[in-house]
Amino acid sequence: MIDITITIIDRQGVSHEINAPTDMNMNLMEVVKSYELAPEGTIGVCGGMAMCASCQCYVESGHQLPVISDDEEAMLSEAFNVKTTSRLGCQIQMNPEMDGLKVELAPEC
Amino acid sequence: MIKTDILIIGAGPTGLFTVFEAGLLKLKCHLIDALPIPGGQCSEIYPKKPIYDIPAFPEILAGDLVDNLMKQIEPFQPGFTLGERAQTIEALEDGSFIVTTSKGTRHQAPVVAIAGGLGSFEPRKPLIASIEKFEGNGVEYIIRDPEFYRSKKVVISGGGDSALDWCIFLSDIAESVTLVHRRNEFRGALDSVEKAQELKNTGKIEIITPAEIVDLKGETNIEGVVIKRENIETTVACDHFIPLFGLSPKLGPIADWGLEIEKNAIKVDNTLDYQTNIPGIYAIGDVNTYPGKLKLILCGFHEATLMCQSAYKRIFPDKRYVMKYTTVGGVEGFDGTKKEAPKAVIKAIV
Ligand SMILES: Cc1cc2nc3c(=O)[nH]c(=O)nc-3n(C[C@H](O)[C@H](O)[C@H](O)COP(=O)(O)OP(=O)(O)OC[C@H]3O[C@@H](n4cnc5c(N)ncnc54)[C@H](O)[C@@H]3O)c2cc1C
Ligand code: FES
Repeated sequence: MIDITITIIDRQGVSHEINAPTDMNMNLMEVVKSYELAPEGTIGVCGGMAMCASCQCYVESGHQLPVISDDEEAMLSEAFNVKTTSRLGCQIQMNPEMDGLKVELAPEC
Repeated sequence: MIKTDILIIGAGPTGLFTVFEAGLLKLKCHLIDALPIPGGQCSEIYPKKPIYDIPAFPEILAGDLVDNLMKQIEPFQPGFTLGERAQTIEALEDGSFIVTTSKGTRHQAPVVAIAGGLGSFEPRKPLIASIEKFEGNGVEYIIRDPEFYRSKKVVISGGGDSALDWCIFLSDIAESVTLVHRRNEFRGALDSVEKAQELKNTGKIEIITPAEIVDLKGETNIEGVVIKRENIETTVACDHFIPLFGLSPKLGPIADWGLEIEKNAIKVDNTLDYQTNIPGIYAIGDVNTYPGKLKLILCGFHEATLMCQSAYKRIFPDKRYVMKYTTVGGVEGFDGTKKEAPKAVIKAIV
């Protein structure tokens, strides 16, 4: 099992450096949920289908992320507080290339 | 005042199945939901998507699951208060409760089952500073009666199915319909997108993209929206502005009912009957929490079943009862229908 280290800044501005497994088919939203870094019910509302934007985050590190799909693009275009660095956490799969990733969770809305 | 045996808050899969289990015990149910249709998350978020972990259904669309549940509970004639949020609860001396909705509808029952899921679905409001001032004065987040917009100038914003579908529908009713979206692309069923394109081509609706509504104009009532497109702001006159950015669930007023809340959910006694810290109020399905809780439909069904047995004992403390298999006892509806297993054939062979 390969764990990677990622940094997540929660909605209160607190930074958390955490280990995420890469062999459990988890995405960033699920990692945030598993560490309870956002209150239950405020993240992952659509279960990770790019249909709710509750997992929106701002990517602060320069990682090569998966290409934005049409679904993700469409959802972000309807989300609030969107920045140029916005991505949906549920669309970012945990794999060894994500080691060192740093993101900030977007405000709840 | 609407009176019933079990008042269910939330018409998601858990609330709907409660009607069936209660019906087997001859208890009547009434459901309240903030959404205008039953089905909870299955109807609001993913009606066209398949579910693979409903026992005995290798695959079923969420919308079909809701339709099947509605069919299954039909004999028990549940009442519905839809499009209204359960707002306050009051405990009476006789042990019953009165639940009043956001529209003032009052319901009384000896047992309340909260099956509120992730919370009541509330519209996501765009971040426009003055928007709250115009709520009810020309800004609506949900279309309840299309006739309300007859011969009115309407601006809709959003890029999904509901924005497209309402534009198409209102194009025949309203004086004018303008659709504003941040991108040129819309996410909707292909025929909706094509229909909207056709209405745009024939001048029946106006579509402004990529653009955003940044401000609202008017004294008491809304009189116009300020649309920003390629850094140029223009004001478009309107009588109604309808932002359609989907709904998001909020636990809302239930959080203030004196129930023990943990992790945005209601704590219940899972070793017994899913009762909350207030006797007579139960919490079932996604809305509750206990050690090891999983937010799954099948868990909600199980919780509803046990909860109904406990509710029966609360309503009839002195009546004896034992659970009967539906195959054995059949299903006797309140509407006079009866389903039962065919009798075995007993015939001599001579
Ligand atoms: C995209 C997605 C995929 C899913 N896939 C699966 C799956 O494969 N298998 C599975 O088992 N589960 C799945 N789920 C989870 C499943 O949908 C939920 O477990 C289920 O809907 C919970 O049912 P419920 O009746 O408890 O609550 P909900 O379905 O959330 O319904 C609750 C209802 O209560 C209403 N309500 C709440 N508060 C109030 C109030 N104060 N006044 C009035 N109304 C109120 C809400 O408006 C809502 O309609 C999925 C969920 C999503 C979002
Ligand atoms: S969890 Fe809903 S969009 Fe990511």
